[in-house]
Amino acid sequence: MKKDIVLLKGNEAIAKAAYRYGYDGFFGYPITPQSEILETLSLDKPWETTGMVVLQAESEIASINMVYAAGATGKCAMTSSSSPGVALMQEGISYMAACEIPGLVVSVGRGGPGLGTIQPGQADYYQAVYGGGNGDYHCIVLAPDSVQEMADFMGLAKELMFKWRMPLIILSDGVIGQMMEKVVMPPFQPRRSDDEIREQCPWATNGLGLKGRKYNFMSSLELDAAEMQKRNRAMTDKYNRICETEVRYESYKADDAEYIIIAYGCSARISMNAVDRLRSEGVKAGMLRPITLWPFPTKKIKELASHCKAMLTVELSEGQMVNDVRAAVEGEVPVSFFGRSGGVVPSPHEVYEAFKELVKP
Amino acid sequence: MGKMRGAIVVDIERCKGCNLCAVACPLNLIELTETVNRKGYNYARQHTVEKCIGCASCAMVCPDGCITVYRKKEE
Amino acid sequence: MTTEDIIQPENRVYGKPSLMNDTPMHYCPGCSHGVVHKLIAEVIEEMGIEEKTVGICPVGCAVFAYRYVDIDWIEASHGRAPACASAVKRLWPDHLVFTYQGDGDLACIGTGETIHALNRGENIAIIFINNAIYGMTGGQMAPTTLMGMKTATCPYGRQPDLHGFPLHVTDIASTLEGTCYVTRQAVNTVANIRKAKKAIRQAFENSVNKRGSSLVEIVSTCSSGWKMSPEKANQWMEENMFPYYPLGDLKNVNKE
Repeated sequence: MKKDIVLLKGNEAIAKAAYRYGYDGFFGYPITPQSEILETLSLDKPWETTGMVVLQAESEIASINMVYAAGATGKCAMTSSSSPGVALMQEGISYMAACEIPGLVVSVGRGGPGLGTIQPGQADYYQAVYGGGNGDYHCIVLAPDSVQEMADFMGLAKELMFKWRMPLIILSDGVIGQMMEKVVMPPFQPRRSDDEIREQCPWATNGLGLKGRKYNFMSSLELDAAEMQKRNRAMTDKYNRICETEVRYESYKADDAEYIIIAYGCSARISMNAVDRLRSEGVKAGMLRPITLWPFPTKKIKELASHCKAMLTVELSEGQMVNDVRAAVEGEVPVSFFGRSGGVVPSPHEVYEAFKELVKP
Repeated sequence: MGKMRGAIVVDIERCKGCNLCAVACPLNLIELTETVNRKGYNYARQHTVEKCIGCASCAMVCPDGCITVYRKKEE
Repeated sequence: MTTEDIIQPENRVYGKPSLMNDTPMHYCPGCSHGVVHKLIAEVIEEMGIEEKTVGICPVGCAVFAYRYVDIDWIEASHGRAPACASAVKRLWPDHLVFTYQGDGDLACIGTGETIHALNRGENIAIIFINNAIYGMTGGQMAPTTLMGMKTATCPYGRQPDLHGFPLHVTDIASTLEGTCYVTRQAVNTVANIRKAKKAIRQAFENSVNKRGSSLVEIVSTCSSGWKMSPEKANQWMEENMFPYYPLGDLKNVNKE
C-alpha cells in the first residue's frame, strides 16, 4: 500500500492523527503554542467523517472535566494545552487517575513559570511526571522528539490509557509542536461502536446494559480511611506493574559510551549533534532518550552508569529531569546539567561545548 | 358508590422522623412515636388507621421514601 | 374491610420508585434532596430510559446521589458537572444526560461551566437545588443566600457591602439563547411536588429530544443549615425564599 506521507507541524500531526486513530472527542481551549491542534480539527471537521466530536470549551478546567466525563463513559477523549493551561487541568487529571479513567492530555510546553513566555520550554517535567494534582497518582508520560512521533504516540497513547485505565500525557514542547517535518500518517481506524465499548469497558458509566448489570458510578470520594488506602494500594500495584512493563527509551550510541547525554524531546534532537561531533573526534559519546518520562528508564540509566564515566542531562529548564537521572545512577557517576530556560533554545554547538567539558583528557 | 379506604406501611428503620408526613396528611392521622428506631429517630405512625383514604400525600412528601400507600374501594 | 385486606400488592398506589434502592440516604431529616431524588427516579422509570441515562453528581450534600438511584453516575469535581454533561451528551447524543447541583456548586464555583453549557444549548437537563446555603460544609453563605440571612460565614446576616447580593442565576439562564426551558419549582407540598415532577419530566424529555438546555431550579430547605425543624424550614422558605425566588416557568420555548 502506498504510504500516506505529508508535511506537517507537530501540532497538526496530533490533530490529524487523533481522528485517524479513531478518537471520539477533543475538548480544548486556545493557548499558544498549541492552538493549531484545535484549529486543525475545526478545519478538518472530523465530525462529518469519523464522527469525532470537537468542542472549544470555555476554559482548560472545563476541557479536562469534559475529557474526564467522556472517558468515564468509555469514550476515547483528549484535550491539549500548554503550560499554564495544563496547570489549570491538574485537578481534573487527579480525578481521572483516582477514578481510573482513560484520557489524553497533549501538553505543548512553553517557558514558565506563571504566564512565562510563548517560546518553547521543558520546565513542565515536574508538572507532568510528578503531577500538580492532589494525592498519590501517576500519569503515563510520553515525550515525542519528532513530528512523526507526535502522530505515532497518538496511537500508543490510546492503547496504553485504555490498557491501564489512567490519564496519559504526551509531553511535547513548542519546538516539536511548531516545527514542520515529513510524516507517514497512520491509516484510518474506525471509532469503537457502542457494542464494542460495552464489551471492552464494562466499568463505564454510559447506561449501556444497565438492565443486565448493577449500575456503575465513577467517584473518587471515599470517606472510609481504610477503604481509601485500599484503593491507593491497588493503584500502587498497578503503577508498579507499569514500571516493570512499559518503560520506553531510545538508546543512541550509548551501549559502549563513556560519556552519555540524557535528554528527551527537542533537547534530544539538539543533543544528537553533540554526540556525533564527539564521536567524530574519537570520544565514545552516546545518548539515552527517555520516551516514557513516567515510567522513567531508571534501570537502563543505572546500567549505563555502571560502564560510563560521566553523564550530562540536557533540558529546556533550570534542571528537573536531572534529579531523576541522579537518583537512578545512585552516585555511581557524576551527572552534570546543561539547561536553557524561559524560552531560550540552545544551539547544538552550545550543547557540544557543555558535553565536551565532561571529557577528561 | 363505595368510599375509598387507605392504608400505609412505614419503613420504620428508614424513617428519620422529620414529621413532614404528619404535616401533609389532610386528615391529621399521622404522628411520631414515643419510641425510637435503631438509628434513634422517633418514627412516623398512623394513629387512626380506619380513617385513611389512601391519598398518598404523606408518602409523596416523604424525603426518604419510607411510606408505601395502599388503597381499596369499600365493597 | 381490615387493614390487611387493603395492604395487598394489587392495591399499592404509591411507594418508593424501583430505581431508588434501599441504601439509607445520608441526608438530614426532612431534606428536600430526598424528594427530588425520588422524582428523578420516578421520571426515569416512567420514561423507561435507564439504559440511556447518565447522571452527573455535584460536590456538596448530593455528592453521594449515586448511591441511591440505580442509574449510571459520574461524580464531577466541584462546579464542573455541566462540562461533564456537555461531553457525555455530545458523545452519546441519544442519551438522557442530566446534572444535579446545589447552589454553591452551580451558582458559585461552577458559574462559568453552568452559563457556558446553557449558552451553547447543550441538550442536557440541570436540576438545581437552591437552599441558599452550603449544607455539606456546615452552613456557610452561598451565592443565593438572602439579604440579612444568617449563616456560619455571615453570622450577623448577609450585608451588601460585605457580601454582595444574591445571584439570580436562574433568571440569567432564562436570558440565554441556548436554553429552551427554565423553571423554578419547590417540593414543600403535594401540589408543588406534582408540578416539580412535571418540570423534571419536561426537562428530561428536552434532553432526549435535543431541544436545548433545560434548567429546573428547586427552591429547597436546609433545616440543619437554617437551624430549624423541617416543618419550620418549609414555612420559612414560603415566607422568605418564595418572594425572592418566585415559583413558575421563566422560559419555555416549546410551549405555544
